[in-house]
Amino acid sequence: MDIVILSRIQFALSTLFHFLFAPLTMGLVILVAIMETMHVRTKKDLYRRMADFWGVLFTINYTLGVVTGIVNEFQFGTNWSKYSTFVGDIFGTPLAIEGLFAFFLESAFIGLWFFGRGRISPKMRAFSMWMVALGSNTSAVWIITANGFMHHPVGYELKDGIIHLSNFWELVTNPYAIYIFIHTLLSSYTTGAFFVITVSAYHLLRTPKMDFFRISFRYGILFALFSTFAVIGTGHFHGVYTAKAQPAKAAAFGSIWESEEDHPYPLLVIPNVKKERNFIEWLKVPYLGSLLYTNNIHGKVPGLMDFPKEDRPSVHPLFWSFRIMVGIGFLMFALPALAYYLYRKKQIFYNKKFLTILVYSLPLPFIATNLGWVVTEMGRQPWVVYGLLRTEKAVSPISLGEILFSLGGLVLFYSILIIVDVYLLVKYARKNPEVKE
Amino acid sequence: MTQQTLAEIWYLLWAFLWGTYFTFEAYIVGTGILFPFLAKRKEEEQQLKKSIGPFWDSNEVWLIVAGGVTFATFPKTYALLLSSFYIPFYLILFSLILRGPGIEFMDKILSPSWKKKWIWILCISSFFIPFLFGVAFSAIFSGLPIDEKGMHLSFFDVINGYSILGGFTYTVLTLLSGCLWTSYKTLGKIQEKAALVAKIVWGAAVLLVFAYFIVFINFTTLFDSLENAPLLWSVPALCVLALLLTIFPLRKKKWLMSFVLASFAIFTLFASGFTGMYPDMLPSYIDPQYSLTLYDAAGSQLNLTVMLWVAGLILPLVITYKIWIYWLLKDKITEKNAQDYQ
Repeated sequence: MDIVILSRIQFALSTLFHFLFAPLTMGLVILVAIMETMHVRTKKDLYRRMADFWGVLFTINYTLGVVTGIVNEFQFGTNWSKYSTFVGDIFGTPLAIEGLFAFFLESAFIGLWFFGRGRISPKMRAFSMWMVALGSNTSAVWIITANGFMHHPVGYELKDGIIHLSNFWELVTNPYAIYIFIHTLLSSYTTGAFFVITVSAYHLLRTPKMDFFRISFRYGILFALFSTFAVIGTGHFHGVYTAKAQPAKAAAFGSIWESEEDHPYPLLVIPNVKKERNFIEWLKVPYLGSLLYTNNIHGKVPGLMDFPKEDRPSVHPLFWSFRIMVGIGFLMFALPALAYYLYRKKQIFYNKKFLTILVYSLPLPFIATNLGWVVTEMGRQPWVVYGLLRTEKAVSPISLGEILFSLGGLVLFYSILIIVDVYLLVKYARKNPEVKE
Repeated sequence: MTQQTLAEIWYLLWAFLWGTYFTFEAYIVGTGILFPFLAKRKEEEQQLKKSIGPFWDSNEVWLIVAGGVTFATFPKTYALLLSSFYIPFYLILFSLILRGPGIEFMDKILSPSWKKKWIWILCISSFFIPFLFGVAFSAIFSGLPIDEKGMHLSFFDVINGYSILGGFTYTVLTLLSGCLWTSYKTLGKIQEKAALVAKIVWGAAVLLVFAYFIVFINFTTLFDSLENAPLLWSVPALCVLALLLTIFPLRKKKWLMSFVLASFAIFTLFASGFTGMYPDMLPSYIDPQYSLTLYDAAGSQLNLTVMLWVAGLILPLVITYKIWIYWLLKDKITEKNAQDYQ
């Protein structure tokens, strides 16, 4: 295999692995911070114990988010040095700001929150958790500002074959980045909410009367209701913008070959890439395609045939990732909606079947968020910076031995870490917080 | 300001950020390396863990910021440095990947064998971080094989007498820093042990730092440029002076003063290298004209201006709340108050 493919595999592996932890960090921190605030307001010990229980789970996850994140920051230089030289004047800046503004904040205050127990006041602990929330949530702003440039380059000029920053304001208000950011943030909240829901459901199956998890469960459901609804809505607008800014990607994730106005949307599709059409297109809903792609029932939907073959992303991974992500998205909206309905009818805590379904829904947000990134990033191919630099021209002049060494090491260490992480999370999630050991 | 002036300011900030990272990482990895040797009982292990637990992560952010700033302000340096030092940097990254869980996970399962494993993982990964950074930066300071076509690094350009000396010098300094931090933060038996080790390590550190400067002054071109600016000799002189002075407060049990002096010695050790290299970022030993200078590598005027504003506004804020948090957690850690923190 060649260096380009291996470098892409390594980058995909390490970023997707990092993104198992990052969304849970960004979502769960909000709920823990709310629990801390409730503790300050009501002075009830219950909220103290809730914040500690979910907080420990948060820190286990957070640790791995930190150590896997650092690889990603240096990987641009080690493996994509030509990309780094080309784009550094714009791409490095948000990364540096992310470190200065976001990572310092979250890392300093998570230490204070965790080790300050018993030494700092409840108010200080609540404040610390909100600072961690601010840090982790703004880190997404900056990394996605950098990422947004790869998809939709703005605020730059080309000089001497490399990119120069020409307008910082355009860079930070890049609409593409804003769409990705909001969609990512809300999907992270969904992840945090589902984590709390499933762990609470696990305990409620055994001890349905336990206030601790009844309240946690309600927090999770309310948070999920808001975030899943909003993630679908922003997903739609993100898609419309993608159709404008990166039409080839939008055509590929819908497996649409011919551009067309008044496009009907087939609910069942199987792509046939070789023949550049689809094996089946069943259950066509008139005008739906145009509406989804352009917000207008007569709008023109882009097709893959508009682009030369070498400029198209690969259809299969995009199409299936997108379909599964959207399917899971709707399922994740339905589950908390139904849970809320049953909760209002006071039937939820003894409904073992439904609680069991909720427990098993834990992987859903993790699968959906990672598939979302597969769509976003594989859809950018064959470009590393859309329209400006091709991926195969971006890699470092490294040897096969070197890339095999780093890839092998990452696979080894990440495999160990994920086993330890899941083991610890399961162990701590199963603990009964009302029983002192 | 012109792009050139901005680039020169950013070189100073760039050197400052890397130096700050090396200084604040020192007491974390130093404590990490000595962890299995200093702490023999459970209470002592808790004390050591609590002395670095709240800080390892926020100190590691200095590395993220130093790396990000290299990328943002000197993209060519970032790209050439990291892609050339590929294997050493991945070894550092692997060590960093394992170090954090070493601290955070050791008490998550209450079993002696579990804990022992993570303590040894912490110890070994903590050794490789300063050693490899010392090696890499000493290799840069001593010169690199850069010609008109770029850099062609061989094994012996990274691993040679100069770089190994640099690796051990920085590692031993981190041991000193770790011992002094432990002496300052803890009370009881562990403090006595750490103070004793500090005195021994100090002797080794003095020898190595002297050897480091003698070798680099006589056998490399690093400090040749200082002939035109003799005042800058004060930087390495301050390093030696601070290190020599470290022993006096240590004897008088003024731990904090001693720790600050040792930290200053670490900072000025790297500052000496950056001072000697200036304006090179990656100096060539083949011919100085092929060296990558700050002027070759710097980003655009607008980018450097934006970055200067951002750093100027945020860094003072960061330093303020970091000091505040050190102050909030200023209590000495005793065997009693280092109870179980899982």
